[in-house]
Amino acid sequence: MKLQKATRYGLYAVLELAANPDEQLSATDIAAAYGISGNHLAKVLRDLGRAGLVDSARGAGGGYRFSGNARRVTLLDVISLFEDISSDTGSGDGADTEIGRALDLVLGEIDDIARATFGSITIETLLKTMRWRQEREARAAAPDLASPG
Amino acid sequence: MTDDTTLLANDNATRHATGDGEADVLVRRATANDLPLVIELDGDNTGLHKPDYWGETFHETERHPGQHFLIAESASSDHEFLGFIVGEVRAWEFGSRPCGWILTIGVVHERRVAGVGSALFDAICERFAADGVKTVRTMLARHDQLNMSFFRSQGMMAGSFIELEKPID
Ligand SMILES: CC(C)(COP(=O)(O)OP(=O)(O)OC[C@H]1O[C@@H](n2cnc3c(N)ncnc32)[C@H](O)[C@@H]1OP(=O)(O)O)[C@@H](O)C(=O)NCCC(=O)NCCS
Repeated sequence: MKLQKATRYGLYAVLELAANPDEQLSATDIAAAYGISGNHLAKVLRDLGRAGLVDSARGAGGGYRFSGNARRVTLLDVISLFEDISSDTGSGDGADTEIGRALDLVLGEIDDIARATFGSITIETLLKTMRWRQEREARAAAPDLASPG
Repeated sequence: MTDDTTLLANDNATRHATGDGEADVLVRRATANDLPLVIELDGDNTGLHKPDYWGETFHETERHPGQHFLIAESASSDHEFLGFIVGEVRAWEFGSRPCGWILTIGVVHERRVAGVGSALFDAICERFAADGVKTVRTMLARHDQLNMSFFRSQGMMAGSFIELEKPID
């Protein structure tokens, strides 16, 4: 699945800010961490601000903070701000043929799974799952240090 | 994961701290006395009243090791019924190594989003681990946002199997 650049940048920004709730990060900080364009990210952050997902503080030390509810905002909520991943079936050249319809059924199935997946993963769940994975990898790398349970 | 899981005497009951100042939850094996409340809660959740099914499920889980029917109740003196979970170890189904299946879960409406579901999930995973399995699995309707969000929040992701089906005419 390939997301547009703005969508990916939006997800990076939201997840980075939500993972560091006590810090204010500038567009430059986030852009540097992900090796992406600061200008493009600044525009994405403005879109996230309009949607109420990030807050910006002006002045020295100013930056962005995540202002949504990490336990309820899903990946789909963020993605939908930047692109429409709903099925585009039933339209376009050849869609109204037997083969076009059969093909759309398969494409629709894939899109449906993608939407259900993004719609069920909250920001908190993604960060939590990432931390679990890191802990498991650390335990696997140093089994002697692992604490039981 | 719960921070404070203490094995209590009798019946393998486990105590789970739900965090955020919520009361602790006790998770224990079901008894026949729990069935009316389970049947009622399941009826609310699924819209189907199935006393025979629950009676049979209870007797099966009593008979077979690796099958678990657990009840969550408040750890305070009133032992208020909070919810249930049912699961079992299945081996070599669809060519899969033995793994724990969660077949159903339910938490009383007024006690939701307070960590009870997570306590039940942790408790059944502990029992599956004691049975020697390393993976826990479940099956959900794709559009069942509530259950999907819940199981995802427990760290579950799509596995390597996919369900396929077809109407038989
Ligand atoms: C799914 C269910 C078991 C969850 O129980 P619960 O005690 O509310 O779960 P928890 O409080 O442990 O919640 C854990 C996480 O699940 C997710 N979650 C639970 N309820 C949610 C809701 N209404 N909306 C979004 N996410 C939710 C959250 O990520 C939550 O973490 P948070 O509290 O940090 O936000 C409960 O809602 C239920 O019984 N639903 C009906 C079950 C059903 O349909 N059964 C029949 C078929 S199996």
